Amino acid sequence: MLIFEKSRPGRGCSAIPACDVEQYTLPDDDMRQSDLHLPEMAEVDLSRHYTELAKKAHGVNDGFYPLGSCTMKYNPKINEQMAGLDGFTQIHPLQPVDTVQGCLQILKETEDALSAITGMSNFTLQPAAGAHGEFTGLLLIKAYHLSNGDTQRRKIIVPDSAHGTNPASAVMAGMEVINVDSDDKGLVDVEKLRQVCEGNDEIAGLMLTNPNTAGLFDPNIKEITDIIHECGGQCYYDGANLNAVMGWARPGDMGFDCVHLNLHKTFSTPHGGGGPGSGPVGCKEHLAKFMPGVYAVEKDGVYDFAKAPESLGEMKNFYGNFLVAVKALTYIRMLGKEGIPEASKNAVLNANYMMKKLSAAYDIAFKPEVCMHEFVMDLARQAKETGVTAMDIAKGLLDNNIHPPTMYFPLTVHEALMAEPCETESKETLDAAIDVFLSLNDIAYSNPEKLHQAPVKTPVTRLDEVGAARHPVLKYEFE
Amino acid sequence: MGTFVPNTKAQQQEMLKEIGFEKLDDLFAHIPDAVKFKDELDLPSGMSEMEAGKEIRKIAAKNRIYDTVFRGAGAYRHYIPAIVGSVLSNETLQTAYTPYQAEISQGVLQSIFEYQTMICDLTGMDVSNASVYDGGTAAGEAVAMCRGRKSNRALVSACIQPSVMKVIETYCFGNEMELVVIPEKDGKTDVEALKELMTEDTSCVLIQHPNYYGSLEDAEEIGEIAHSVKNCRFIMSVNPITLGTMRTPREYGADFAVGEGQPLGLPLAFGGPFLGFMASVDSMKRNLPGRIVGQTVDHNGKTGYVLTLQAREQHIRREKASSNICSNQALCALAVGVYLSAMGSEGLKNVASQCYSKAHYMAQKLAEAGFEIENEEFFHEFVTSSDKKASDVLKALDDEGILGGLPLDDNRILWCCTEMNTKIDIDKAVAIVKEVK
Repeated sequence: MLIFEKSRPGRGCSAIPACDVEQYTLPDDDMRQSDLHLPEMAEVDLSRHYTELAKKAHGVNDGFYPLGSCTMKYNPKINEQMAGLDGFTQIHPLQPVDTVQGCLQILKETEDALSAITGMSNFTLQPAAGAHGEFTGLLLIKAYHLSNGDTQRRKIIVPDSAHGTNPASAVMAGMEVINVDSDDKGLVDVEKLRQVCEGNDEIAGLMLTNPNTAGLFDPNIKEITDIIHECGGQCYYDGANLNAVMGWARPGDMGFDCVHLNLHKTFSTPHGGGGPGSGPVGCKEHLAKFMPGVYAVEKDGVYDFAKAPESLGEMKNFYGNFLVAVKALTYIRMLGKEGIPEASKNAVLNANYMMKKLSAAYDIAFKPEVCMHEFVMDLARQAKETGVTAMDIAKGLLDNNIHPPTMYFPLTVHEALMAEPCETESKETLDAAIDVFLSLNDIAYSNPEKLHQAPVKTPVTRLDEVGAARHPVLKYEFE
Repeated sequence: MGTFVPNTKAQQQEMLKEIGFEKLDDLFAHIPDAVKFKDELDLPSGMSEMEAGKEIRKIAAKNRIYDTVFRGAGAYRHYIPAIVGSVLSNETLQTAYTPYQAEISQGVLQSIFEYQTMICDLTGMDVSNASVYDGGTAAGEAVAMCRGRKSNRALVSACIQPSVMKVIETYCFGNEMELVVIPEKDGKTDVEALKELMTEDTSCVLIQHPNYYGSLEDAEEIGEIAHSVKNCRFIMSVNPITLGTMRTPREYGADFAVGEGQPLGLPLAFGGPFLGFMASVDSMKRNLPGRIVGQTVDHNGKTGYVLTLQAREQHIRREKASSNICSNQALCALAVGVYLSAMGSEGLKNVASQCYSKAHYMAQKLAEAGFEIENEEFFHEFVTSSDKKASDVLKALDDEGILGGLPLDDNRILWCCTEMNTKIDIDKAVAIVKEVK
């Protein structure tokens, strides 16, 4: 039942005292004409309403969540406690600089830690999410080319395996997307790339995820970034998959000029049902003068704001999703220089363990000997032989309290299930999940109809998405 | 070193053996030597939760928390009922991802549907999205989505929050829309100048109401001017608290209502996370960026909720999407839903009227103390000018634990009152600044 249907006139919470000054009257002409219909609820009913909603949701605490490319690792509780400190939550963003020294220290230490992990020279914490970070990185590249007088460099190369945000961000940055197909191993086709780039002075750059969305580290990465640089382009690293390589390989050393990270993936901050995230952007020295927003500098223990000399502007108000940075820094401090590579090692171990065990029943896309943090199952065979699709298996997982892998992505694999188990899952959890995956494959061959009907144990069964889009009901209608 | 890896060393070895590897490092053997990182990361050593907590607390303690705040300018201190924090700390709601799997995400989806309904109710609009990053990006996205094939020119009032203007500039730097600033006259958008600026290729007119200086704009007239050009949209950026008592953007004739949602239950938090709300008239719904939740039924006819109108979005449309936005500020939208439900219609009206009543009380007291009030009609922010140096005024307040208004220049200050400022606080602050030479 919607909260509006639970509302009863006359109920309410006692949040605010009566006004202690004389009531002022604004001009009639500027006063609201229509009624408000906000819920009128006693606190007890409010509390139960949201408890009920939470029971109809699935978080990392509820069970295994191997959603590929989303890095649903466990979210440590100390992070939340630190981000909830009054010393952070009660600080106005426009306070005098001597009263926000702690906030600036958080910014500085986070910026420095992310630079160390990625091999970049500068970081901005202003971008609010991964896609916002991509937009930022592309604007950096745009500003760089414009400052060199290269107004014709408007083409950005995006592999077909890229996240959908990549081409969408490129368009927002005023760039034209050139899709380059992957080779049969799921990697960048170096020869095709060379053909597109050689002598092409319209190339602005390349957007790449490495390891890519099939969980494969591109061994030709240095050659790829060299090809882009030789034609005058810049290389952008989509950091969505950084959890595979922390302390093992740095985007800076691979030849990337700028990078975005997702603190809500790699650095253990929760996703909140779809945000707030944080998408910090790092760059090398030659791009640093264009960085947006302000960043923190430190001298003799005193912090201050600084601005890049040719800053491209502001990506959002203030300094980004600051409390998310507090959480990420808490995590980085706990893991430290030893724990961060250790996390990546175990993420890769868990993914390979799961891939090996599942390959008994599922075809692994591109048949890698070893994957990184994630791998892609290709269910084309099951679909052909049994009619059971990636979607059906996913829905079957729901009945077993497992959040399904990312479905139908990357686009280069048609019946894809992309699984990223993360380092924070135990062998016991993986073994139990593997058993479920294997049994679902058995059911596909013995009783496919059962999977077409799944899920049956969830609060609702499969929903009519076509109807929802065709006849949109996007809000509750008050009588 | 702290760790969140549950597998013991013995288990790790066992797993390695099962997949045919000897050492963990062997899993990285295929990374070419030329790009392999062989040093130690330039970071401090890891530590226990107790130690990390102690360090971070020490950092937090370096910030100053003011007992009394008279500063707004884009971030507002309002009372946040305890139930908001309590709901937000629910582990499931906090740790869920974007609700792609609708069958196990009904709680998250329903909360967004309820949020959309409340935003539409507040703004008078037909459709709301599930949120964008903040008030600045909401304005930037709104300007971008008004762009038409023959209309590439955005008119934006000089009286909007300066950082929002900067964000719009950034979005226009990206998509190469022409951005023209409508000049200010006496602290408000210059309506006559706007008339002169209107051209056939104008795609939108954006104002903030009440504006950055707290003043009420001639919103209805501006809307009529905007609509004098075919396919030109009228975007209003509003503080949602005002909508408890003030005319809705729809009632002023706006096509889009956008704004900073932070005043509705989110703490100041050094500027984030906040959230941007975006709502539109029905005819523009397929241009809205970001997630939208719709109601539907399941196979058994039971009511349920799904992400819908996804043909607008990046994961389907890639380079043809209306925006690149993916993650938004869902948990902040949940906070808004809880806040508005805890306040109810009467509670929000009460907050709104306390805001402007207290601001007018303070303005009157400051006027009596010799400050000139620059605004005609205002909501809960206003600008004073005085011979007294702004820095001296603010220093005197600071010494007493009061964060005064935002200095606009040497002698002008932008003040803000909310329901949090008591009459006693206001009287005390005015008494302090009165003594400043």
